[in-house]
Formats: sequence, C-alpha cells, structure tokens
Amino acid sequence: MSNPLISARGLTKKFGDFTAVNGIDFDVFKGESFGFLGPNGAGKSTAMRIIGATSQRTSGTISILGKDPELHGPQIRAHLGVVPQQDNLDMQLSVAENLYIYGRYFGLPRKFVKGKVDELLAFAQLEEKRDAKVETLSGGMKRRLTIARALVSEPEILMLDEPTTGLDPQARHILWDRLFRLKEQGVTLLITTHFMDEAEQLCDRLIVMDKGTIMAEGSPASLIKDYATKEVLELRFGSDRNQEMGAKLRTMCDRIEELPDRVLMYTDDGEALLEKIYAADFHPKTSLVRRSSLEDVFLRLTGRTLIE
Amino acid sequence: MSLTQIRQGSLVLVDAARVQSRGALYVAQARIRQMMKWIWLILGIAIANPILYLISVGIGLGGLIDQSVGPAGVDGVKYLTFLAPALLAQAAIQGTMDETVFPTIEGFKWHKTFYSMNATPLSGVQISYGVFLTALFRAFYTVVLYFGVMWAFGALESPRAWLAIPTAVFAGASFGALMQALAARLEDENIFFVVLGRFVMMPLFMFSGTFFPLTSMPFFLQWIGWISPLWHATELGRHLTYGHAISPTMIWVHFLFLGIMLVLGLFFSARIFTKRLAK
Repeated sequence: MSNPLISARGLTKKFGDFTAVNGIDFDVFKGESFGFLGPNGAGKSTAMRIIGATSQRTSGTISILGKDPELHGPQIRAHLGVVPQQDNLDMQLSVAENLYIYGRYFGLPRKFVKGKVDELLAFAQLEEKRDAKVETLSGGMKRRLTIARALVSEPEILMLDEPTTGLDPQARHILWDRLFRLKEQGVTLLITTHFMDEAEQLCDRLIVMDKGTIMAEGSPASLIKDYATKEVLELRFGSDRNQEMGAKLRTMCDRIEELPDRVLMYTDDGEALLEKIYAADFHPKTSLVRRSSLEDVFLRLTGRTLIE
Repeated sequence: MSLTQIRQGSLVLVDAARVQSRGALYVAQARIRQMMKWIWLILGIAIANPILYLISVGIGLGGLIDQSVGPAGVDGVKYLTFLAPALLAQAAIQGTMDETVFPTIEGFKWHKTFYSMNATPLSGVQISYGVFLTALFRAFYTVVLYFGVMWAFGALESPRAWLAIPTAVFAGASFGALMQALAARLEDENIFFVVLGRFVMMPLFMFSGTFFPLTSMPFFLQWIGWISPLWHATELGRHLTYGHAISPTMIWVHFLFLGIMLVLGLFFSARIFTKRLAK
C-alpha cells in the first residue's frame, strides 16, 4: 500500500484533567472514506480538530500529508476541506458570497474563485439561492453550502464532522447522495458520525471510538462479521418484563442483550429462532428479525447503545 | 440533477506562502464586504452624529458658554472650536470599538466564523489583524466625514488642522486594539456590554476633558483623563485645530501613551485569538 495521507500514533489530547483522546493509532489512505464512529463525547470531534491542524495534540505523533500540524499548520490546512459539526457560515452574506470569500481565504485568484462558485452552487443544488442571505436557508441547505464551501480549494482531504446531525430524513438523503458522488470521484473523506446507517453508507473503513480510545477497526461488513451475528431478533415483552424474559431466553442463542425497551438475540437465522421461541411457549408482544448493524457492534464492544 | 465533477487534490492550487503574507488583507476584504451591507446606515450615523452634536452642544450650549466667558473664550476660542476636536476623537473611538468588539464576539461565539477562517491557511494572528484593519478603515472614513462637518461649521482655525484626522484615527486604533483583545477573551458578553457602556465608555466620554478642560475637574478625578485615549487624542486635536498650547514633551507623552496602548492591544489580541482558536 502507498504512504498514508494521515498517520497517527499514540495521539492524545487532554483538557486539564480530562483526556478527550487517549493514545489512538490510525492511518488514512488516499481515496479512502474513513469514519470515526462513536457516541457524543467519544473524542471524535477533538481528533478531527487535531487532524484539521487547528487544535494542538498533548502527546503522540501525527503526520498529515507528510507534515506535522504543530509546525506546518497553514501548509496542511491549505489542502484540507473542513465541514465542522456546527455550520459556521457568514450569516450576513449571500450564499455565493460565502463561497467567494472562503476561496479568497485560501489566497485563490478572484477569477478562479468566481468560476468555482458557479460549479459549487450546481454541486450543492443551490443555484436558485445564489443571492439569498444564508440566514434564510433551511438546515439542509446550510449544510450543503458548508460542504460546498469546504470544496472551494479542491482539497486533498474532505473532513466532515457529524455531517447529517439535526437534519430531517429527506435532507439527509440528499446530502448522502452528494457525499457519495464525491466518494465515487475518489475524494478522500474523513467522517465522524454517531449514526450507524451513515457509517455503513459512506465509510470504507472505520474506527469505533468510545471514551477517547479505539474499540475496533475495520470495514463496516468486517466489523459486523467479527463482532455480531448475521441477524438479530428483537423481542418486546413490555418494559417491566424484558429483563426477566431475557434471563429465561439466554440459553436459546449465542448472545443476548437486555435493553430497557427490548431484548436483542444474536443468531444467524432469526426466523428459525423465533419459531423455537414460540414453540417454547414464550409470547413476546412484538418481534422483528433484522440484519446486524454497527449499532450491534457498538453494543457488543461497549455494553452501551450509540444514542442514549 | 447535475453531474458536476468536483476536482480534488491539486496540491499546487493553494499557495500557502501567499496566504501567509496577505492573510490579514483577505480577512479585511471579507469584513469590508460585510460592512457594505450596512454602509448607508453607518454613513448616515457618521454624518448625522457630528451635525447633531455640533448644533446642540457646540452652538446651542456653546452660545450660552461663549456669552458668559466673554471674549477670552474657552481656552482662547469659541466653545464650538474647543469641543469639536474631542468629538472627532470620540467618533474614531466609537467607530473602531463597534468594528472590533462586535465582529470579535460574532467570530468566536455568535456565528463562530473565526473557526471557519482558521480552517483555511489563515492564522489567528492574521484574523485578528484583519478585523483590526477593517476597524481602522471605518474609523478613517468616519473621521474624515466628521472633519468635513467641522469645517462646514467653521470649527477649524489652524491650517494644519487636517493633522487631527490621523491623531483621531490613532486614538481609535489604540482603544480598538485593546477592546478587541478584551472581546476575544469574553465568554459572557452580556455583562461585558453593561460594564463597557456604563463604566467605561460613558465615564471616558464625560471625564476626558471632552466638554471642559480636564484641569477644571477636581484633581482626584483627573486620572480618568490621563488613562483615557480620548483625552490624549483631544489634547493633540486641540493643539492641531486651533493651537491649544501644549509643551513638546506632552506631545510626545500623548503619542507614546497611544502608541503603547496600540502595541499592547495588538499583541494581546493576536495572542488571545491564537490561543482561543487552538483550544
């Protein structure tokens, strides 16, 4: 494999007594779509800000595009496109102006940026909003504009921190479509998310983070294969009985998780297991057989759900 | 649906060295673009303010004062002439303050735009200088307009009166730089605005020898003037617009005071910007 674009060893960031990122190692390669999956507070955003060459690490090493961000911050940032968790657009300027001034921050020539603005407005499907004030845009439009803005300098790596948090399902799908196009075009993507469906859709490879450390690393499929079964049977017996029923069902499958609202049974054949359960005279209020997801991987690794 | 190809990975496109030398100007360009959204309001205030002040206080109140002091005048001149240089400096100070404090709080807190700037090759130092440069620009045209109104009111007596323009801008720069550093440290701006308005701006305006010579104040209150950039600029402005007598040493003291304040303000502002962005 070629040299990684980003390579971190023992990367650590402390805020006073609190360790936000605790000695993580990872490599990101060109053209790859790499994800950080974990709940809020796992240290994903902190890691992103270090990779973004804005926040300084406490210890460990990191090289981005072959350079140390502590010494070459501006040179590294020249080749990154950053989409922060919170859209920090210029609210007083128009959509096109936001793209234009951002291109100028990279020192790009006026003429080049003007052409780029048209191109990006088309990409973000915001051509009709060209002269609208940012204040008047919907959440999804603001998000697309923030992504378009990050592309103005034709970055080597596009970094997205929680790209679809707070968006409605339709806006999420439009955004995923845009990101998927970028991925198809070979753009190196770095994504943090606490949505497992997002990680499954967009990431080739990901690390699962919790409390500042890496719990597991791999492709979504391999993580599911390694840390979960093919299928999951979800049973609901009513909030007060899930715990009790879970204990009774334990012997019927490899692994079982009792959550407050439901019991999860891990198996390679959900339907067969369900039949066995009915045959044994258990009567859940509802039942659902589904494919295992990264949510199950996370539950297995940490004993907790992603969204609490 | 469009099928726009997004190009990527042209490592030669962005010239980080170019940004390193001109970054502050790029920030100022963007800030001026924002300012242009309000330009008619800003210009309206910049012209209405001196007209209203010079008519009401300068001519209205000034008429009474001129009558009671007789031909000796206030500091040897009409009250209007005495008052105008102080208001000129005050206009510069107000202009830089508006253009440093609000954008700084907006950049760090309200819209977090400084963080988006810092995600480009721009550094905290450049962002801080860019905001400051814009404030200087605003102070400059505000003062020029003010000066024009002063001229129309006949408040200028000396041929070198125009030199009061740079000294007023200088005072604005000193105060603005310090305010920018303070604003950059703020976590809670609400208390700041109350304190700033009532316990800083108001006393400075009232007790900097603006409406009467500082020496006519009780001695124990005169220190407010000594630490006020407004007083230092007013003394220089009076010297330049009508020949108010000050010793060469004091001229140096005034410049030195404003200069030190400016250097400290810029230094701390750049430092606080850098630290806060890197958190």
